[in-house]
Amino acid sequence: MAGKESSLWKMCLVLTVISIAAAAGLAAVYEVTKKPIEESQNRKRAEAINKVLPGFAGTTETVKVMPPTGKDSVTLNMAYADGQLFGAAVETYTDKGFGGAFTLMVGFDSEGKILGTEVLSASETPGLGDKINADKSDFSKQFAGKNPAEFQLKVKKDGGDVDAITAATISSRAYCDAVDRAYQSFMKAKEESHE
Amino acid sequence: MSKLQILTKGIIKENPSLILVLGMCPTLGVTTSAINGLGMGVATTFVLLLSNIMISLVKGVIPDKVRIPSFIVIIATFVSIVDLLVQGFVPALAESLGLFIPLIVVNCIVLGRAEAFASKNGIFDSMLDGLGMGLGFTLSLFIIGACRELLGSGAIFGHKFIAGDGILIFVLAPGAFFVLGFVMALVRHLQNRKK
Repeated sequence: MAGKESSLWKMCLVLTVISIAAAAGLAAVYEVTKKPIEESQNRKRAEAINKVLPGFAGTTETVKVMPPTGKDSVTLNMAYADGQLFGAAVETYTDKGFGGAFTLMVGFDSEGKILGTEVLSASETPGLGDKINADKSDFSKQFAGKNPAEFQLKVKKDGGDVDAITAATISSRAYCDAVDRAYQSFMKAKEESHE
Repeated sequence: MSKLQILTKGIIKENPSLILVLGMCPTLGVTTSAINGLGMGVATTFVLLLSNIMISLVKGVIPDKVRIPSFIVIIATFVSIVDLLVQGFVPALAESLGLFIPLIVVNCIVLGRAEAFASKNGIFDSMLDGLGMGLGFTLSLFIIGACRELLGSGAIFGHKFIAGDGILIFVLAPGAFFVLGFVMALVRHLQNRKK
């Protein structure tokens, strides 16, 4: 067939042209979808903040804090109502999940009491670990109203106060790990803002 | 081969996952529920269709020695485009499929059809082939996903009809192999009987 012989020049030329066309196509699609993707991510975050800080109406301010444990920084949305610290919605993570890392949003009041928790993204096993989602079981609801200062964020098997999901102890432990990381980061952020 | 045969051969006779045994990673990995199987199948069909069309269009100018890298660049570009479009315009779908879309790049069905069919046939035939193969892949993923969801979590499309858990091993990795093996054996048996 004509044009099928593989001379060096031709190979380089064809691959270059294909790559340039691919890059141009991708760049165009990226430009078109950049805004909708950003908007949907912001909306998702705002929804999660509303869920974990019930009754909050005010402004949020984003700060990043390095937690005492863990490899990566944690993003805190410090919530202020009428110039007073209302609490914070903390985007926390754990890498101890059964299906790898997962991320949570945890809401605290200004004292550090947990107001609510919400799964942002997780890939836990369907039917077992995915019961960390509020619509699959009541596991995540037991945290609301507890203050980690007196509520041990560990599953009962490890001597803590948290009821683990049956047959999904690893996911339950990871959830506690993430909530605890959120609490530690919030306490650290509060301390730093007083200095 | 008639046009209709090109379209329908992928559904049973050359079903990509049950007969050709290609694309085992998504077949085993994402079929934990009927809807996951269906979603992965539809996304793959879309990429197959686009890449088959594109590759049959440019097949005349690609030198033999660089055809595989050229195909891979084309396929990867389409996968990224689909990924961005889904994230930007259908965020609800992106939430359930987000992890799987990038995985289509490593699905050997797409490269397999490019190499075995689209690089040797005209644009219309390649389109039919991509569509047929995609439908066959979707069908087998849907069947495997439905079986696993039914047995493993006692639900279909997320609607539970038993209280509590099902036979959990079917949602875990071993269940994927069990169900795939049984479905393959069944299809083989039916084919042999027809002869």
